[in-house]
Amino acid sequence: MAKSQISLTVNGKKVEELVEPRTLLIHFLREQLNLTGPHIGCDTSHCGACTVDLDGKSVKSCTMFAVQANGADIRTIEGMANADGTLHALQEGFREMHGLQCGFCTPGMILRAYRLLQENSNPTEEEIRFGISGNLCRCTGYQNIVKAIQYAAAKLGGVPLQEAAE
Amino acid sequence: MIPGPFAYHRPTSVKEAVGLLGSLGDDARAIAGGHSLIPMMKLRLASPTHLIDLAAVADLKGVREDGRDIVVGAMTTQHELINSELLAKKIPILRETSLLIADPQVRYIGTVGGNVANGDPGNDMPAVMMCLNAIYHAVGKSGERRIAAREFYQGAYFTSLEPGEIVTAIRIPVPAAGHGYAYEKLKRKIGDYATAAAAVVLTMQGDKVASCSIGLTNVAETPLWAEEAGKILTGSTLDAATVKKAVAAAEAITSPATDGRGPAAYRTKMAGVMLTRALASAKSRAGT
Repeated sequence: MAKSQISLTVNGKKVEELVEPRTLLIHFLREQLNLTGPHIGCDTSHCGACTVDLDGKSVKSCTMFAVQANGADIRTIEGMANADGTLHALQEGFREMHGLQCGFCTPGMILRAYRLLQENSNPTEEEIRFGISGNLCRCTGYQNIVKAIQYAAAKLGGVPLQEAAE
Repeated sequence: MIPGPFAYHRPTSVKEAVGLLGSLGDDARAIAGGHSLIPMMKLRLASPTHLIDLAAVADLKGVREDGRDIVVGAMTTQHELINSELLAKKIPILRETSLLIADPQVRYIGTVGGNVANGDPGNDMPAVMMCLNAIYHAVGKSGERRIAAREFYQGAYFTSLEPGEIVTAIRIPVPAAGHGYAYEKLKRKIGDYATAAAAVVLTMQGDKVASCSIGLTNVAETPLWAEEAGKILTGSTLDAATVKKAVAAAEAITSPATDGRGPAAYRTKMAGVMLTRALASAKSRAGT
């Protein structure tokens, strides 16, 4: 099948590539752009490990073709750190609050939490839990993930969280 | 899991999309949000050789008022439905239902048109559209026709759409101001299809039901409009005896499969429980 030319922005960089129409966005990111932060977990749009940010939406990149992302602006975990190399508040939150154990779900969790905080900068615990309900974690029991997101929301809001990691 | 090969088309108008579907024949499929179709393609349960992406057709987007109706473009996403102020005010059951569909990521991409047109009995919007007496606008080679949601569903994944036709919009008569509504869905976890679900839209006059419409999700090969149950309740005060009678009438039209969500008899009973809860919730929200 003939390949299609796509051009898009990934983590702030312009990208022009040839893709087979059947290439899934997750395979394009991982295998063609070598961005292995987005993970393939369930491969059936349940687990959220492949979540990336695409044109202001959280998207499961295992359930979209790369050609459909032609023209899009995409952010992956590789594009989360601040320009000076310091960690984004969410990354810092996951570190400080022990928001991960094995780390497999973390890139998807952080990208989903990023969009959640863009839409709601001061979410309640319930809103956080509902907001990340498309991301599965098999280690943490979610408690510290919620705290990590609360940490980031507080830091981005200019009021650092008092509670230390337990 | 990698789908079979296909050629990708991205039309920018309904006319172009329908033209492509017509000329490319049976091996062409339209794709909306793709959250049903792409998983099927990954499992090779669907292998279209041409994929016609409707994402760039601007005419298929948006929510607008048209006289006494609200017209929702087929490519409007669940996320957009949830955030529509017009719908929140006029037809709030759509927001309530959308929030129970899948998960946030899927709702950003999944469309209401795909949800109603796919014919999957597990989808939530079809029963709600039957409850609301919505009309689907379908466009094919020979132009547009309108199909009532209540007559659209023929079997699992089998609808009144002709080959080459696409649903372009959903026209919903705005329920009376002060109507009560509820969508009650039993599911095992976030992202699951319903074990059983019930949609209710009713109006009250004093303490009596002036009108009542009921839809049921995932308890038969098609979504169901429980016409008889609605009739039984109309004129009643939603007293326990009448509700029991209506629930029995609703349960009687179900024929769910026995599957991972439970045995058929259990799912039928859960349809009744969801209906009972939806009626109570709708009543509490209704103005008199």
